[in-house]
Amino acid sequence: MDAFISTYVWPTALMIAQSLLLLVALLIFIAYILLADRKIWAAVQMRRGPNVVGPWGLFQSFADLLKFVFKEPVIPAGSNKVLFLLAPLVSVTLALAAWAVIPLNANWVMANINVGILYVFAISSLEVYGVIIGGWASNSKYPFLSALRSAAQMVSYEVSIGFVIVTVLLCAGSLNLTDIVDSQRDGLGTMIGLPGSFLDWYWLPLFPMFIVFFISALAETNRPPFDLVEAESELVAGFMVEYGSTPYMMFMLGEYAAICLMCALTTILFLGGWLPPVDVWFLNWVPGIIWFVLKASMVFFMFAMVKAFVPRYRYDQLMRLGWKVFLPLSLAMVFIVAVVLKLVVWA
Amino acid sequence: MGLQALFFYLFSFVAVASAFMVISARNPVYSVLFLILTFFNAAGLFLLTGAEFLAMILLVVYIGAVAVLFLFVVMMLDIDFTELRAGVLDYAPVGALIGLVLAAELIIVVGGSTLSPEIAKSISMPIPAITERTNTAALGDVLYTHYVYFFQIAGLVLLVAMIGAIVLTLRHRQNIKRQDIPTQVARSPKTAVEVVKVKSGQGL
Repeated sequence: MDAFISTYVWPTALMIAQSLLLLVALLIFIAYILLADRKIWAAVQMRRGPNVVGPWGLFQSFADLLKFVFKEPVIPAGSNKVLFLLAPLVSVTLALAAWAVIPLNANWVMANINVGILYVFAISSLEVYGVIIGGWASNSKYPFLSALRSAAQMVSYEVSIGFVIVTVLLCAGSLNLTDIVDSQRDGLGTMIGLPGSFLDWYWLPLFPMFIVFFISALAETNRPPFDLVEAESELVAGFMVEYGSTPYMMFMLGEYAAICLMCALTTILFLGGWLPPVDVWFLNWVPGIIWFVLKASMVFFMFAMVKAFVPRYRYDQLMRLGWKVFLPLSLAMVFIVAVVLKLVVWA
Repeated sequence: MGLQALFFYLFSFVAVASAFMVISARNPVYSVLFLILTFFNAAGLFLLTGAEFLAMILLVVYIGAVAVLFLFVVMMLDIDFTELRAGVLDYAPVGALIGLVLAAELIIVVGGSTLSPEIAKSISMPIPAITERTNTAALGDVLYTHYVYFFQIAGLVLLVAMIGAIVLTLRHRQNIKRQDIPTQVARSPKTAVEVVKVKSGQGL
């Protein structure tokens, strides 16, 4: 009996506690990311943004949560009820499931699996199902059109994201996310004799891929200027037209969890994860999680700024960018990076 | 060990049950969704055997791309499946025969290596133990080191098939407006704007 408790019960309880902790932290972070998104957007347009609920509008997201939860959920009569309610669940579950392998600090990871980056890639490629099932189950024209559009969009940009990840993997030599961050301790900066600094991270040697990854992440999470999925001026609100109250909130939650995931992934792949920007004692003394959150927030700030000042792409331009620009570029970079590594490192 | 057996039976039960639902569901969209569930459980089974790379690739390729296209097609087409299903009993013997052949082959392969373990030693590239080489690296050894030429040839065949499909379906229509982004970017005030002195009262 003691053996049973020590091998099964305690690890399970520990895992559940860790998951709950991560989940609560993530949800609070998402609440403030949402507020930051609206505030930044407002600031660019010289508005105040949400400023009524709480000091400086800090409790706005929680007020929105209550508003959504207390509304009556309306399910259209002609819809497919099971799939209609399944779609938001799928999108929010998948977006949160990917966080299981994200290392927030050295050894701060719930599942340190060998193929971590592939797991994240697989989960983010499944996120299209929330959209496509929701669009179809609504049994209405606008959601369906939007679901088809977004399925094509998300599948297209996954291709270039895949190749960008391959270039990073070539440099790191591992599929494990913790190893990828650790491999960024040495890089271009230490090669020319500087102490460990932000110059070692992969954004510098793989700069074109950093940009491609950032833009593809925007497209993959349906952020403006690639928000053709929602496109309020042409598709009303895309696949979410028929949704209201809690199911709608879950779609939004899934979307923002996916955005946070992409910010975290950019941080891990290109910005050195939890490593301090310069390897000196007082910066090393700051816990790694703070650096991680700071970097991810900086990437999110870029996401928000892009939303504020770039006009929406036309659909054919979006497809052209994905298939005719990013795909050849990233494919060429995979080749170039492999050749350079072969000549410089392994020779 | 007990936990692993539990998960094995869970995954395989759901996989078989949802595979049955794929062919018995009335709505074709449900069929595709059950197919996705089957793939998911197959990925779980791969994970249980330690083939983590294959499990993730199954998720990325089959669920993330192939099943999306299936779903796409099935949602767009208005197929009357009761009509398609009308002749199903006529084809049942052929289907049963194919199933029987596949089952026999599987039994020979699996049963052979279980009954006489020395067959397993004659495999040209035995899988190294998971402690000494990770799954991904072991696959890389086989594909990119020992059989790189065959792998490249397979890639070339796929490339030719892809180009063939594109050539067959590509239609370059004349007389429609196209956006040529390089020429747009290359425009300068010199080529784009013409400054004309207009005499008042005359126009151009």
